[in-house]
Amino acid sequence: MTEKGARYIAKSSAIASRLLGGEMMIMSAVDSTFFTLNPVATVIWQAADGRMPLAEIVDQHVCAEFEVDPEIAHRDAERFVEELSSHGILLVSERPFSEPGVSPTEAA
Amino acid sequence: MSLGQVSLGQVGLIQEMSQRALDLGVPMSVHFDITYRCNERCVHCYLDHDDHGEMTTAEIKRVLDELAEAGTFFLTVSGGEVLMRRDFFELLEYARRLMFAVRIKTNAVMIGEAEARRMLKLGVDQVQVSIYSHRPAVHDAITKLPGSLRRSVEAIRFLTAQGLRVTIANVLMTANMRDHSGVQALARELGVQYTLDPTITPKMDGDTSILNLRIPGAELDGVFHNKNLVGNVEEFCAPPPAPDEDVMEGYPCSAGHTLAYISPYGDVFPCVQFPLPSGNVRRQKFLDIWNHSSELNQVRSIRAKDLTVCSSCHHVGTCTRCPGLAYMEGSMRGPSTADCEKSFHRTGIRSANMLRQEQSVPSGPLIHIQPLNA
Repeated sequence: MTEKGARYIAKSSAIASRLLGGEMMIMSAVDSTFFTLNPVATVIWQAADGRMPLAEIVDQHVCAEFEVDPEIAHRDAERFVEELSSHGILLVSERPFSEPGVSPTEAA
Repeated sequence: MSLGQVSLGQVGLIQEMSQRALDLGVPMSVHFDITYRCNERCVHCYLDHDDHGEMTTAEIKRVLDELAEAGTFFLTVSGGEVLMRRDFFELLEYARRLMFAVRIKTNAVMIGEAEARRMLKLGVDQVQVSIYSHRPAVHDAITKLPGSLRRSVEAIRFLTAQGLRVTIANVLMTANMRDHSGVQALARELGVQYTLDPTITPKMDGDTSILNLRIPGAELDGVFHNKNLVGNVEEFCAPPPAPDEDVMEGYPCSAGHTLAYISPYGDVFPCVQFPLPSGNVRRQKFLDIWNHSSELNQVRSIRAKDLTVCSSCHHVGTCTRCPGLAYMEGSMRGPSTADCEKSFHRTGIRSANMLRQEQSVPSGPLIHIQPLNA
């Protein structure tokens, strides 16, 4: 079921990624841009399955696993998602990616 | 709290992660030859192209699983010619599903529009194509495959038309040593990267007969002092700075430290140019070999200060010394004469190994004998 106003995030298929010492390395297959994510951002990345809304990811993973002010965590998470999506690394949709007609490729 | 990604420059960030992989003992890069079979017969090739029992599709997929588990990020898929395997795209798809950054080395002869499209769809990071000359007669004489230059160049056009990143690898040998500027111009025309490599290595079985194809020193001089090839000649050819403690405590190269090589038969080596058998993934898990192989641990134990001749060489901090070539010459701690030559022709300063050899060979006869009737 789609949550009203929710945003769903999914990893692009056009990337390479690997966890190294608790931080995620990501490389875009589109332009070879190389990124690393800090441990908090890595948690969001790992939970970006296209089904769980971003707000829920922050509540369930970030706020539960790190000592952080929830309001700041949500705001930083939004900013982080914007930045990665601007590079095509992360895909954002108002509907879960598992719904018919929404696929990571199409959403890109 | 900050969630933003670290955003350093590309090279700086990759270097930082490589250092972290070194600190953690992670095989960040793996060169995987999935076949030694090839449709070309290059005169300088170090491989035996007969199939002596390549790994099956299932075996390779299991190894890829193990590499992902070990933390490998950069996966170079090479051969032989990778497209000689009918399951190549199945393996590529599997590798990409495991999120490797995949680089393919190929002669590209078997790449048409459909293959190029498929590579793009699968998110291949880079394709490296071997081109020896811009002149068909020279290129095809090296590959021994008539029409190979035309087909390789056509394939590069298919790959670039899809938006794939392509690099032309130009191995220099006696037969093509004057053609690098032509190949470079071809790369420019095709809109692809160009790399040049004057290294010819002995065959995997130790046969050194192909080393006579190496370009002579005088030609190396020309290569290293060509600004179109090396950029800033003054900087590139500058005398080496005196080595400090960091240099002497440093590792010779990434082989066995953050880099491994796997053959089509499952043999694991520190690097494709370092034929020190260190285990076999058909008998052991890759990570067990990586963590416990006595051969790999021996390679890892060597610091620059431990090198028998090179530790006293001016070039020790800047030389491209390949421990694999040194190993093939007799000792992984010894010098690699091909790299001594490169350091000399780059800077004009003889290496410690060259000076040692000069001292050990008398310059004239020790005894002069006057003929009786003189």
